[in-house]
Amino acid sequence: MTDSLTSTKASPADLAAQNRQRPSAPAAPAVPAVPEPCTGAQSLVKSLEAIGVDTVFGLPGGAILPAYDPLMDSTKVRHILVRHEQGAGHAAEGYAVASGRIGVCMATSGPGATNLVTPIADAYMDSVPMVAITGQVNSAAIGTDAFQEADIRGITMPITKHNYLVTNPDEIPRAIAEAFHIAGTGRPGPVLVDISKDALTGSTTFSWPPVIDLPGYRPVARPHGKQIREAARYIAAARQPLFYIGGGVIRARASEVLRTLVDLTQIPVVTTLMARGAVPDSHPLHLGMPGMHGSVAAVTALQKTDLIIALGTRFDDRVTGQLSTFAPNAKVIHADIDPAEISKNRTADVPIVGDCKDVITDLIEAITAEQAAHGAAEYEAWQATVAEWKETYPVGYTTTPDGLSPQYVIERLGALSGPEATYVAGVGQHQMWAAQFVQYSRPNSWINSGGLGTMGFAVPAAMGAKVAEPHRTVWAIDGDGCFQMTNQELATCVINDIPIKVAVINNSSLGMVRQWQTLFYNERYSNTDLHTSHNQQRIPDFVKLGDAYGCASWRVERPEEVDEAIIKALEINDRPVVIDFVVHRDAMVWPMVPAGVSNDKILIARGGAPLWEREA
Amino acid sequence: MPKNTLSVLVENKPGVLARIAALFSRRGFNIDSLAVGPTEHPDVSRMTVVVDVDELPLEQVTKQLNKLVEVLKVVELEPQSSVQRQIVLVKVRADASNRSHIVETAELFRAKVVDVASDSLTIEATGKVEKIQALLGVLEPFGIRELVQSGVVAVGRGPRSITDRALRSA
Repeated sequence: MTDSLTSTKASPADLAAQNRQRPSAPAAPAVPAVPEPCTGAQSLVKSLEAIGVDTVFGLPGGAILPAYDPLMDSTKVRHILVRHEQGAGHAAEGYAVASGRIGVCMATSGPGATNLVTPIADAYMDSVPMVAITGQVNSAAIGTDAFQEADIRGITMPITKHNYLVTNPDEIPRAIAEAFHIAGTGRPGPVLVDISKDALTGSTTFSWPPVIDLPGYRPVARPHGKQIREAARYIAAARQPLFYIGGGVIRARASEVLRTLVDLTQIPVVTTLMARGAVPDSHPLHLGMPGMHGSVAAVTALQKTDLIIALGTRFDDRVTGQLSTFAPNAKVIHADIDPAEISKNRTADVPIVGDCKDVITDLIEAITAEQAAHGAAEYEAWQATVAEWKETYPVGYTTTPDGLSPQYVIERLGALSGPEATYVAGVGQHQMWAAQFVQYSRPNSWINSGGLGTMGFAVPAAMGAKVAEPHRTVWAIDGDGCFQMTNQELATCVINDIPIKVAVINNSSLGMVRQWQTLFYNERYSNTDLHTSHNQQRIPDFVKLGDAYGCASWRVERPEEVDEAIIKALEINDRPVVIDFVVHRDAMVWPMVPAGVSNDKILIARGGAPLWEREA
Repeated sequence: MPKNTLSVLVENKPGVLARIAALFSRRGFNIDSLAVGPTEHPDVSRMTVVVDVDELPLEQVTKQLNKLVEVLKVVELEPQSSVQRQIVLVKVRADASNRSHIVETAELFRAKVVDVASDSLTIEATGKVEKIQALLGVLEPFGIRELVQSGVVAVGRGPRSITDRALRSA
């Protein structure tokens, strides 16, 4: 065991100073340090104000009710009333990812809290910094199966970075300060603070900053210099190296330095689903997305590389496919801020623990020194090979003779809205097409539920992203299945003037499941027909539904209407837009590596392997 | 599978045991035994966890434990460089004809008789897991009526203290 323990015993003022350098949490404004008498609820609101929270997504109920009273008077904290707590959670995620600040959601005890469970799990899987505040029943009633009681701290233990149950009003400021510190530092993640009703109504004094005492929390280590130099030597010795870039690069705000590193080394790069936009898609060395629906070039490059340089990524099963046959010839350099990710799935030859920005900055220095001493490594043959794969097997699709191709809609949507827009997807076929056919060149312009794969993510997350960055165009690219899970937040968007744009890619079915049924279940479509557009049924009619919520909404069914519809949507900024794009239901996501098989078995279309496979 | 002994220093706060037990369960790590108690420092509890895992999962176990905010320190204690003990209380069927025989057997293991009834004896024994197993093997033919064992507790040999170092940095 290492003895190099550094403790975390920082005051929020120190944290605020850190945050100014790396603004993961809002900077703390000056607050008087003289203790003021108040209630626990007032102390909570004052704590949120002191930390610099400007937006809370939530929905009140019995146990959290005391907090909503002082919240009504706060001029610094805007509370946005959602229609379902799940919406509050995903909105906080969308807000956090778009802005890089910490998202905040609030709910009452019992069902309010359990409705936050899905977004909390989602934030945990995708390392989204979020603080969830829940009311709890009176402390005397805890454990008695009281009305609206749920052990939300127990329930969320495995899906939070940390969580608290506060029953003493004096402890509210410290718990809130620690929660924000933990959520925003190290590997970001959700933290839940459960506060009993009597702690909210009880008397206390408020003083800020509280002392944070987290002796067991040591979030960041500087990358080890020896490991960095070792990595530089591996890179110099490799013949076919490859950057395998994950969402950690985006969370670390390391896209710019990464670009420098790629240009310095001239090593090809793949960006995972969580890292779309970390390197511009237009970059000549960018091979696209790896994984189950990755490009042939990206998937094949990972299989053939002799050195994987994995940055801020976790060798997820959707990327590696069958682990035992993944990248069989590769040595691995693996840098991550979370030591537990290193060598979890694939053993690393050069493990580096650290924030991606530090790691990349140090790597640039070490590689520059290496190049100065021994000349720059040449990978020309490899570059030519991957470039040929990229050119021969671009990610594409075949348009259907009748009806509308979903890929075309998404491609045009990206082309007409441009790289400055933010694209938020649900989960399923439309998500994969949005990852494939929108050209990204900006980190955080792509927001999706990658790890948990939460259907219904798009509308509330887009709402949160739009609140965080009101000047940007925010598209929710959603499926007809996903849209029916969370579309009630359109009411929140209309009422609170959050004009998101929703493109429902309506194939009248749970498309990704249907695709698997087509491929692996003999076209037996068990329970995947949603009746939202085909066979003369529109249940519900999404245009009428959007209309009922006060959105501008219309339907598009023919390719020639697509551009006009998107341009019209881009011109509407006084209310949300819902476009029902009725698309062909048999379109499938290609390429595809079927689940659990080797990435060598990538298919570019049904029954179609890349040419070298067929020749072999 | 090899058994490994981990000493886990944790903040003495409500819910810590649940957090650690839940982590083991969620990640699919097998706990062989677990013992928790206070240390010389009132804010710190110490858990001794014996896990049944291969080397690579053990690395995951320690890394995942270290991620828990309330975990201060995780140390693997090697059998040769640590003292590892468990305690057992065993109630054995005994009557006038074999009571002295059982007591002699217990003494061979430096175990103590802590309760006597007309048809039973309760024996307390402390020692390494192997010794306890041997004792129970010998007592088995007499008839074991009831058996309770503590988890293993362990401490490193020599003057160094892991609590000391963990707290100094805290």
